[in-house]
Amino acid sequence: MEAATAKGASPGGFGPLGKRRRRPGEEVIRVLLFVAAAISVLTTIGIVFALVEESVSFFGEVGTRFFTDTEWTPLFQDPEYGIWPLLNGTFLITGIGILVAVPLGLGTAVYLSEYATPRVRKIVKPIIEVLVGVPTVVFGYFALTLVTPIIVQDLFGVQVQFNALSAGLVMGIMIMPTIASISEDAMSAVPQGLREGAYGLGATKRQVATKVVFPAAISGVVAAIVLGISRGIGETMIVLIAAGLAPSNGLNPVDPHATITGFMAATAKGDNPAGTIGYQSIFALGLTLFVLTLVMNMIAIRFVRKYRQVYE
Amino acid sequence: MSSAAEAAAAGAVRTSFESGRSTRIWELAFKGCLASCILVSLLVLVVLLEQIVNDGIGSLSLGFLTDTPSRIDPASSGIGPALTGTLWLMLVCTVFIIPVGVATAVYLEEYADSDRWFNRVIEVNIQNLAAVPSIVYGVLGLAFLVRGPLSMGHVLLAGGLTLGLLVLPVLIVAGREAIRAVPPSIREGSMALGATRWQTVWKQVLPASLPGIATGAILSLSRAIGETAPLIVIGAAAFATSSPTGIFDDVTALPIQIFSWISDPQPEFKSLAAAGIIVLMVILLAMNAVAIWLRNRYERKW
Repeated sequence: MEAATAKGASPGGFGPLGKRRRRPGEEVIRVLLFVAAAISVLTTIGIVFALVEESVSFFGEVGTRFFTDTEWTPLFQDPEYGIWPLLNGTFLITGIGILVAVPLGLGTAVYLSEYATPRVRKIVKPIIEVLVGVPTVVFGYFALTLVTPIIVQDLFGVQVQFNALSAGLVMGIMIMPTIASISEDAMSAVPQGLREGAYGLGATKRQVATKVVFPAAISGVVAAIVLGISRGIGETMIVLIAAGLAPSNGLNPVDPHATITGFMAATAKGDNPAGTIGYQSIFALGLTLFVLTLVMNMIAIRFVRKYRQVYE
Repeated sequence: MSSAAEAAAAGAVRTSFESGRSTRIWELAFKGCLASCILVSLLVLVVLLEQIVNDGIGSLSLGFLTDTPSRIDPASSGIGPALTGTLWLMLVCTVFIIPVGVATAVYLEEYADSDRWFNRVIEVNIQNLAAVPSIVYGVLGLAFLVRGPLSMGHVLLAGGLTLGLLVLPVLIVAGREAIRAVPPSIREGSMALGATRWQTVWKQVLPASLPGIATGAILSLSRAIGETAPLIVIGAAAFATSSPTGIFDDVTALPIQIFSWISDPQPEFKSLAAAGIIVLMVILLAMNAVAIWLRNRYERKW
């Protein structure tokens, strides 16, 4: 395996077999492959550059009002630029989503890893994969045409069309498979010996699941939840379709709200030529979103590494 | 709880694991709770599909697949231009991601020395890219492809490349797994016969990992095909009146058309949206089925 890298390091290593033949073609291929791999790094640099460049103009104009204003109305006659209402909407809807996704996802994960027979797994896993593959615009349709009329209007008796609750509930269904599959991975990575030890002490299946497997897999479970939150924060279509586009500092889930992503998409859809504050606000919000999800992802990677280190 | 009391009364050694009749009830209840989590998810999926079929089946016809959308007459509206746009997008996306994705996977698995800092940067970077929200890729496309240095305008080429960058990590991860599954003995055998590293990769490793790579490619495309947000950001036309004929025509895509019908306040357009969703879901399920078939048919156990 080391032959290629050894070329520069120790050409003498091939002593008895004579001089190593130079193969320029091999080197060219190696460089081409490296260039392809570097595209992903360039993508990141491109994202950061694009976001920062326009954000600089945005913040040049807006300054700290991004953090001190209490309303987000950049396109109004008398604009305000406070990010808080959008953060409020983002975290309110993601929070509702997480309240749905965590119990469903963890329940599914524990069942699949500890209880399910191979046959049940074979049926359930592809179905969860289908749920992962459902485009978010479809979930948006579902939230608007079914969840809002049935749950919000009939069950809660609130006659609104756009609201945070139905967006959040449907977002929970969208996030659920992420949480289920990552935490199931973590639970399956718990060594069999731990389970057998517990059974040997007389533990029941439930006790093994809740007192042995779950604590042992906790770092993976935390990573799954953090990644779920990150997916929720970055989700656009469900909130764009179902939550309404009214930035609000309120916490009432049956009121319309706006999220960072929803506002970005709505602004991009509207006619905002380059150079206007509307256009620049897309980038400033994008930067906020990017930083938020990056931090979450870093945390998740750290936790995943932890359980991998312990058991592999 | 009674079992705990009995055990204590009998002076038995208490462990944290106790059993008895009430325990068995708890066991069953717990299992029932877990199973109901799965059932709820299943039920939601069934309700979702049923709702969409109910709403959309009436608007579905052969003409629906080819007609152009109309603002006035829902009955004669169709997804012709949107579907054509989606096909062009997928073509651009495929041509872009397959060489780049496979090359990256080969580089990381076969060539990269993971002790070097830049190889580690590439790896961590791919992990992070996978978690970047899709709308941010739209911003990237807007800043670099649609405007900025390349300034190609909101054309299908820009849309396809944006979607390609978005799903590239999916293909890279799948490709790496497929390549890793080829046992080292194959490589060693090939090299012992005098093959160079690239000959080994090209003639042994890639053919052996092809089913896995193909599965990954299909799954990446099935992710790209349903993406809406990045296309909105780069300025996809919500209402295309004629079908695009090449990659330099304006971006239009099936999910964008669906979204624009969903946003229409007239209820008749909602059923068009549902019909569009049926078409999209059928395409997606077909792609997934092909991927699963490929995996089962050609997967080799070494």
